[in-house]
Amino acid sequence: MRNILAVAGKELRAYFHSPIAYLVMTVYAVLCGYFFYSFTAVYVVQTFRMQAMGGMGAMPTSLNEMIIRPLFEGVLTVVLLLLIPLITMRLYAEEKRSGTIELLLTSPLTDLQIILGKFFGALGLYAVLMLLTFLYIGVLFLYGNPNAKPLIAQALGLFLFGAALLALGMWFSTFTKNQIIAGSVSLAIFLLLYVLDWGTAYSSSPVQRVLSYMALTTHFDNFAKGVIDLGDTVYYVSVIVLGVFLTGRSVEALKGRP
Amino acid sequence: MIEVERLTKYYGPTLAVSDVSFEVQRGEVLGFLGPNGAGKTTTMRVITGYIPPSEGKVRVAGFDVSEDPLEAKRHTGYLPELPPVYPDMAVREYLEFVGRIKGVARRDLKRRVDEVSARCAIQDVGHRQIGKLSKGYRQRVGLAQALIHNPDVLILDEPTAGLDPKQIIETRELIKNLAGQHTVVLSTHILPEAAKTCQRVVVINAGKVVAVGAPDELTRRLQGYETILLTVEGPAAEVMDKLQRVSGVNWVEPRDSSDGRVTFEVHSEKGKDVRAELARAVVESRWSLFELKTSGMSLEDIFLKLTTKDLSESPSAGVPSSAGEDKASN
Repeated sequence: MRNILAVAGKELRAYFHSPIAYLVMTVYAVLCGYFFYSFTAVYVVQTFRMQAMGGMGAMPTSLNEMIIRPLFEGVLTVVLLLLIPLITMRLYAEEKRSGTIELLLTSPLTDLQIILGKFFGALGLYAVLMLLTFLYIGVLFLYGNPNAKPLIAQALGLFLFGAALLALGMWFSTFTKNQIIAGSVSLAIFLLLYVLDWGTAYSSSPVQRVLSYMALTTHFDNFAKGVIDLGDTVYYVSVIVLGVFLTGRSVEALKGRP
Repeated sequence: MIEVERLTKYYGPTLAVSDVSFEVQRGEVLGFLGPNGAGKTTTMRVITGYIPPSEGKVRVAGFDVSEDPLEAKRHTGYLPELPPVYPDMAVREYLEFVGRIKGVARRDLKRRVDEVSARCAIQDVGHRQIGKLSKGYRQRVGLAQALIHNPDVLILDEPTAGLDPKQIIETRELIKNLAGQHTVVLSTHILPEAAKTCQRVVVINAGKVVAVGAPDELTRRLQGYETILLTVEGPAAEVMDKLQRVSGVNWVEPRDSSDGRVTFEVHSEKGKDVRAELARAVVESRWSLFELKTSGMSLEDIFLKLTTKDLSESPSAGVPSSAGEDKASN
């Protein structure tokens, strides 16, 4: 555990010693803020319109459905698909390029300790991003009274979704010395996993059903609604475990090479 | 302290190291000498547990690097050819991180960082970013990193490569001071360097060990000898005696024997081809001559391939007078 924390701490410091952490945080805050602003604006306009028309008193739509859910659903997933490669691309690629991978692999650490350390380090930066999201949502609590309960499921979903992408991105980062390649491959594969379920609109063949099961975003729907579904949780946890396992295999294969 | 037994390493179909065996005693400084691409780095990487051997066994401090890798790694400090430093980190921060992953107890960490910093003369750059240090300083940070957990065994891959003459001398002094408390294996492709720092030298070429011995002994053996390999079927002692008496032959060593055939290594004076005389001597005594050839690559040839230029000795390079020059960052 001590070893894992040492590596995780090193990774986290590396993010904040370099411009990456600030770049990712800024981009995220700006995009997330813009989406938050537009959803809120639409909500406000609609509410005024309704009051002008009927003046029914009670609002037919809730903050949760109008702002929080779309914020999580469409927007965050897309933003994260783009930003997570920036977080993971350096994990192994940078160590391979600078030769520091030799330091890690000749230290009395198991491969799993190194992998988990790196994974938790990346997760740490990701947690900061999640915190930014909840700062925006906190504003709604200041000026309105949204339902807090769905937020638990939404937070858990966001966490699992991000962790799954981080684990896969870490694996892609073991393939190459080149961070740009690692990042591009991650981005391409994340986008592919994202669009896999688009076919369901016109087809319900078994193949399409398998594809849409594999799609990363379909499993986020329930979480976005505020429902914790065991199947979806299992899906994300499996992807995380798979990512860690494949990273381990890849690091193992790396050792035989000059 | 280090036992390498019949080590063989393939990279895919390429043979990098073939059947290499040697031992290093506690407190000894062993030089690993060979031209570029001879298999020095590969051998060192196997000893440090970075890559697994294809065949053979390697033990460090009694622990097999394949079966008990964590224990073996705990006893090993390693400085790769390129110092494995994180350019974004400050020197002290980096050393503390390495100390933690090498298993230095938390309460000892500060003290150990102070000790190795003093030892490698990097105290004055403790808070500087490693990426902004000069090559010499970076090399010393790399050495400090290898020493942080006070390992029994130190593996240094070309520790003086790319340094200026003053830094080379300093690094050599440092390594000499480490002998005794640590067992050191260092690689180099410069013969005089091995002669200056090492008590014993293993010469390796094309993945094979070609000679082992004290540096001055190796140099003596090198001066003006040519080696011929000779395989004869006959009484070994008599054959050897006869060969010894051929004019121009300096000494004869039996190499190996099978089915009554013995292979001898005949060392003769330089520039003198004794092959004809050797053949005549064997045939006259009615023994059967199976093979007679000049040894494919003599020690001399290998040493010729080694750069014998020693930077720290070249007068034009001169020792820089300004002490601050070392710190100059770029």
